[in-house]
Amino acid sequence: MRMIKQAALAASSVAAFVAAPALAQETPIAFTGATIHTMSGTSGTGTIENGTLVIQDGEIVAVGADVTIPAGAQVRDASGMVIMPGTVDTHSHIGQVSGADSSAAIQPDVRALDSINVRDSSIARARSGGVTTANIMPGSGHLMSGQTFYMHLTEGNTIEELAWMDDDGKVLGGMKMANGTNPLRESPAFPSTRARSAAMVRQHFVAAQEYCGGERSPRDIGMEAMCEVLDGSRLVHFHTHRSDDIMTALRLSREFGFDMLVQHGVESGRVARELAAAGVPVSAILLDSPGGKLEAREADIVTAAQLEDAGVFVSLHSDDNIIDSRLMYRQAALAVRGGMSREGALRALTINGAVQLGLDEHVGSLEAGKMADFVVLTGDPLSVYTNVAETWVMGELLFDASDPEELLMATGGYGAGNPTLNTHVLEGEALMLEGGQ
Amino acid sequence: MTNVGKLIAGAFTAALLSTSAMAQDIAVRGAQVWTMGPQGVIENGVVVIEDGSVTAVGPAASTAIPEGMRVMEARVVTPGLVDAHSTVGLTGYLNQPDDQDQLDTTAPVQPHLRAIDAYNPHDRLVQWLRELGITTVHTGHGPGALVSGQTMVVKTVGNTVDAALVEDGTMVVANLGSWALDRESAPGTRAKQIAMLRQALLRAQQGGESAEDDDEDEDAVDSASRDLVNEAFESVVRRERPLLVTANRAQDIMSALRLADEFGIEVIIDGAADAPMLLDELRESGVSVILHPTMARNSGEMENASFTTAATLAEAGIPFALQSGYEAYVPKSRVVLWEAGFAAGHGLAPEDALASVTIDAARIIGMDERVGSLEVGKDGDVAMFNGDPLEYVTHVTGVVIDGYVVSEATR
Repeated sequence: MRMIKQAALAASSVAAFVAAPALAQETPIAFTGATIHTMSGTSGTGTIENGTLVIQDGEIVAVGADVTIPAGAQVRDASGMVIMPGTVDTHSHIGQVSGADSSAAIQPDVRALDSINVRDSSIARARSGGVTTANIMPGSGHLMSGQTFYMHLTEGNTIEELAWMDDDGKVLGGMKMANGTNPLRESPAFPSTRARSAAMVRQHFVAAQEYCGGERSPRDIGMEAMCEVLDGSRLVHFHTHRSDDIMTALRLSREFGFDMLVQHGVESGRVARELAAAGVPVSAILLDSPGGKLEAREADIVTAAQLEDAGVFVSLHSDDNIIDSRLMYRQAALAVRGGMSREGALRALTINGAVQLGLDEHVGSLEAGKMADFVVLTGDPLSVYTNVAETWVMGELLFDASDPEELLMATGGYGAGNPTLNTHVLEGEALMLEGGQ
Repeated sequence: MTNVGKLIAGAFTAALLSTSAMAQDIAVRGAQVWTMGPQGVIENGVVVIEDGSVTAVGPAASTAIPEGMRVMEARVVTPGLVDAHSTVGLTGYLNQPDDQDQLDTTAPVQPHLRAIDAYNPHDRLVQWLRELGITTVHTGHGPGALVSGQTMVVKTVGNTVDAALVEDGTMVVANLGSWALDRESAPGTRAKQIAMLRQALLRAQQGGESAEDDDEDEDAVDSASRDLVNEAFESVVRRERPLLVTANRAQDIMSALRLADEFGIEVIIDGAADAPMLLDELRESGVSVILHPTMARNSGEMENASFTTAATLAEAGIPFALQSGYEAYVPKSRVVLWEAGFAAGHGLAPEDALASVTIDAARIIGMDERVGSLEVGKDGDVAMFNGDPLEYVTHVTGVVIDGYVVSEATR
């Protein structure tokens, strides 16, 4: 398994952490007869009816209606099924992630990757819901709570095996920032008003400009990360809800020239034209009801549609565990219920998130040369009656709903997979499966 | 005025208008009418409501609509939806200290706290649920104390709680497990929780007499001839109202069944995350279950919650309904329509899923003579949809409560 990942990484020009000589999944696999939403191109779903998808060595070899199946390929009949790229969840907190502590409001030195437990069942559960790449973030209780981690949801023993890396082997991620009420605290190290929040951020960026433009000595790991924000190689994921807070974030990004993805943006529909004009994208969440906190009072499922109408580039996220990762298809369906186009919602689940995270060269659509990250669904991805049958990551079947133990990941809670707790439940589900379905 | 103020005022005005300026007569035609009653699904059906009650349900071809009556149309027509357990109206949508009235922590056992004394009919979440087709909610005091108070049944419309009220004091709410433990004082353990409940029920069985009552220092309040705490428990031991016991862990569910046995009280199990481990025990006890929301956060005591538990209970023949439950944060309320749809996506038959938020829910909260199905004589509560009600992408297109059109919004 690890060897497959490494081989695929090497083959796709993303550097492998360790060079791997042996190639796994050498036998090509062909999925036939499926409705394939490739999500390729700059619009639409790139749908191929009765299509064939061929993968080998962790990569997509071919996809189309008239694909020649390579000799010796393992053929899997996917008639009646729907295949689409793995979901890119642009805001998640799976893996027991943590970030900054309470010692300061701005902590760019802290890395999410140093906190994640790769064995946490939340990762397997997210995968069972079709998520194959996720932006794992520290929380929003700070103005800057640390470096985020772009997770590739492979199976691995170490965090490095789940990391997206660049050609130099550098682990990829963004920078988490927040404004509004979450970072406000009654503590000398924290702001207690919005204007103070902005002033603290501005002062820190001013210091970063001086550090990054100078000798960079003595070396400061927090400032080094700030330099990546300033030079555009580290995207700011800005938690912001209220429309005035969104405009403040926009003002800061303009003053210091950093790239920004608006995270949540519950009131982003109110400033959709401003966001579109600024070319700032949004990672949106759709909630079952408004409220739960002051800033979410205007939450509504129409937001994604409002952004789409205004021409804002939108992805969707779970913010797991605000919304369970396994409900990402439901996020897209709620977006459609709220008025978003069907193609817009499916793109917001896949290619748009890949573009926002800068990973679209490798994932987000099904095209020859990209990684074999995809989901086999039992039907229309937006239907409540559709389930994930299989999740493939880099050519490996890592979730298979026909295995009762794996199915537990798709249906169960945090206790799922813990044999001491779930023996009875598992037996019950197995019995139910045998008994009639 | 703030935007929120305007919205609340808007809902207020709409509610007023709908209850004063319009008649309680309407006919609703549907390409399909899911009656959830003996008539099953009627193709090309019609529901006639006069003076707020259903007066006819049947095929359009053979069901006369009185002349001049307003007629609404939809692809699918169902009874107004019933949320079997919520805290809406007590847990305000802004989630600020001053709008959270579901829990008082000054004492662990307070069965005399009434939901009618806390319900805000103008909370935005009431409107939110109404526009999504939910017309009846069983709401009241929430989790966090051993006995947190009472519940009631209301319609999701009305300017005052009195206008909304269907039944006051429907159930007394008890909570077992870690949510209702207090490490500083009693109950500090699960065993103490049950000991305290047994003592209270025993006292009620004995007409309020107990060894503790011989206190010569008691003041005028303590020595009043009526004791509201004990009166609430007496109504439970007399089986006038059920004890709704929130219990997710298997041992807590079994404790609740043991209490029902010992005192001969009616217990309804709420939450019930571990129910799949106890199918035989639940079936033999004959209790009903108000299951946790299908999509509930499933950590801690709910770590065994499963998307498939509703289907498991249906298969085992255990009566159950779905609920929106209590939410401490974002999103502040769930929507039972969506919880039912999700259950249908995980093995529950669509008709059973809809029943879990209509007639089965009405039966478990004791309201099935009034709501939960479209039958002559029942309340004129109707939800309208432009497709399969359980699908995410289907819209609610209209809602009628007691014959009043309370929403024509597309939701």
